[in-house]
Amino acid sequence: MIAEDSVLLRIGLVKVVEMAGFEVAAEAGDAQGLLAAVEEHRPDLAVVDVRMPPGFTDEGVRAALTIRQRWPSTAVLLLSQYVEERYAADLLATNTSGVGYLLKQRVADVEEFIEALRRVAGGGTALDPQVVAQLLVRRPSDPLERLTAREREVLALMAEGRSNAGIAAGLVVSESAVAKHINNILAKLDLPRADADHRRVLAVLHFLGVGDQP
Amino acid sequence: MTIPPRLRRTLTLLTRDASFLALGAPLHLFTGFLLFMIFGLVWEIIEGHDASVPVVLGFALILAVFSAPALTAAQRWRFRRLLGIDIPRSGWQRPQRQYGYHFLVGILLGGLEVLWLALLLSGVAAATVYVWVWGVPWEWRADHPGYSTQGFYVTLAGLAALAAAPALATVLVRLETHVGPGLLGPDPSEDLARRVVDLTESRDGIVDAADAERRRIERDLHDGAQQRLVSLALNLGLARATLTDLPPEAREVIDAAHREAKDAIEELNSLVRGLHPAVLDELGLDAALSGLAARAPLPVRLRVDLPQDPSERVAPSVEAVAYFVVSEALTNVAKHAPEATRAEVTVTRLGGILRVVIADDGVGGADPSGGTGLTGLAQRVRSVDGTFRMSSPVGEPTMMSVELPCPR
Repeated sequence: MIAEDSVLLRIGLVKVVEMAGFEVAAEAGDAQGLLAAVEEHRPDLAVVDVRMPPGFTDEGVRAALTIRQRWPSTAVLLLSQYVEERYAADLLATNTSGVGYLLKQRVADVEEFIEALRRVAGGGTALDPQVVAQLLVRRPSDPLERLTAREREVLALMAEGRSNAGIAAGLVVSESAVAKHINNILAKLDLPRADADHRRVLAVLHFLGVGDQP
Repeated sequence: MTIPPRLRRTLTLLTRDASFLALGAPLHLFTGFLLFMIFGLVWEIIEGHDASVPVVLGFALILAVFSAPALTAAQRWRFRRLLGIDIPRSGWQRPQRQYGYHFLVGILLGGLEVLWLALLLSGVAAATVYVWVWGVPWEWRADHPGYSTQGFYVTLAGLAALAAAPALATVLVRLETHVGPGLLGPDPSEDLARRVVDLTESRDGIVDAADAERRRIERDLHDGAQQRLVSLALNLGLARATLTDLPPEAREVIDAAHREAKDAIEELNSLVRGLHPAVLDELGLDAALSGLAARAPLPVRLRVDLPQDPSERVAPSVEAVAYFVVSEALTNVAKHAPEATRAEVTVTRLGGILRVVIADDGVGGADPSGGTGLTGLAQRVRSVDGTFRMSSPVGEPTMMSVELPCPR
C-alpha cells in the first residue's frame, strides 16, 4: 500500500517495494484514499508520504496514527522531505512496533531502504538518523556525557531500530563488540536489560523522551 | 515684443498671488459678515424692536456653525489649487482650531487681503491716470487747473504702489501659508503619530508578505524540484541495485551520479530548511528548532522554554525571525568558528519578550559590522522591533543575544 501525491515518486516507490518482494495492493494520492484503501485491503505495510493534499501539512502523520489505532496489523512507514522529532514522538507514543519514519531521500539507498521496509513490516522500528540526532539535541547532556564517542554511535543506531547485526554492519565491527557496547550503554544510562531487540529499542527511545515505558 | 524673463516671473507670481488673495477675501470675510449680522441681531434683541429677530438670529447662528466645514473645504481647495499646498483632512478632532481660523484669524487675513487688493487696484488706476482722465467731463478739468501736473504725481504714486504690490503679496501669502495649514490641517504631532501607526502597519504588512513569499517558495520547491531530485536519486539507486553486470566504468558513472543526486538533495534541503520550514507553521518554534540544531555540523545543546499551550504561541512573524536568527547564527558558527566544539541555543519567553541566545565556545573575534550574514540578521531582527546584541571578545566564547517583543 503506497500513498504519495507525487506521481513521479510513486512509480519509483512501487518499483522499490516490488523489488523487496512485496506486492503493491493499492496506491493513493491523499490521506482519504489511503485510509479507504487500508480498510479495504488490510495490507501488511503502508508506505506514506507526510505532506499530502488537501492541506500539505501533516496529513500523513495523522493518517498513520489512525491506521495504527484501527488496524494494528498494518505497519506504517512514513516518508518525508524533512523529519521532525515531534511527529516521531506522536508516532511512537502509542506503539513503537511496526512504525518507521524516514527521510524521503533514503529511498535512493535502495538496499538499506528495503532493509528498513522489512524491519517495519516485521514489527520493528525504523527511525531516520536525523530524527535520532534531533532527539539527542533535546536531551540534557549529563548522562550522555558518560558515554564514549563510539558508545554514542551505537546508541544512535539502536534508536534507529537496528538489530545487533545491523549495528555491527553499520560500524564495521564484530557483533560481540556491539553486544559489549550495548551492555555498557545500558549500564551507564541505568536502562533495564532486555534480550529482545525490540524491548531494547523501547528502552533507548524512552530514554530519549519518546515512546512508552518499556 | 518680448518680456524679460525676470519680469515674466514676477508677473506670473503676481497673478498667482493675486488670485489666491482675491479668492481668500470673500471666503474670509463671509464669517466676518456673519458675525457682524449676529452682533447686529443681538443688539436688536436688547433694544427689543422686532419679534422675528430671534428666529433670524437662530438661523444666523446655525449658518455660522455649519458653514465652517464647507469653508474649511473651500480653503483646502484654495491652497491646493493655487499654491499646490496639500492640507491633509484633519476631520473634526479639534474643531476649536478651525473655528478659530474662520472666525478670528480669517477675518484679520480677509482685512489684509482687501487692503492689498485695494492697493493693487488703486495702483493700476493711478498709474494709468493719463489714459482715463480724458473721460472725465471737461467742466471738472476746467475747474481744476494744473490737474495734468498732479496727474504726473498720481502716476508716480500708482507705479510705486504697483512696484510694492508683488512683495507685499508675497509677504501676505507667506503669512497665510504659515497660519492656514497649521490651523486647518491636522496637528503636526497627531499627524506624526498617525504616520508612525501607518508606517508600522505597512511594515508589518511587508514582513508578513516576505514570510508568505518564503512559505510559497518552500512549498514550490517541495512539490517540484525536491520530488524530482528524490525520484532521480531513486532511479539511479535502482540502476545501481539492478544493473549488476555492467562494466566497472559504467558502474562508476552511475555511482558518481547517485552520490551527486544525494548531495544535491542535501544541499537543497539545507537551503530550503533555512527559508521557512513547514513545521514552523504547524507546530511552532520549539519543534522547528530541533531540526536546525540536529543539522548543525557541531554538537548543539538546545533549551527551549516556551508555553506549551498553542493559544499562547507568539506571532508567526516573530517565530519566523527567531527561527532565522538561530539558523543564521548556527551557520555562522560553522563557517567562521571552526575551532568551536559545541554551541548552545536557549530560547525563553519573559513576559512580552522572546529571548534567543546562541553561544559557542570558539575563540571569539567575530565582528557584528562585518559580513552580510550578521547585517541581514540584524535587519530582520529590527523589522519586528527587536534588539540584537553580540559579544565576541578575542580568545573568549562568542555570544549572540536577540530580544523580540511579542505582545500577549
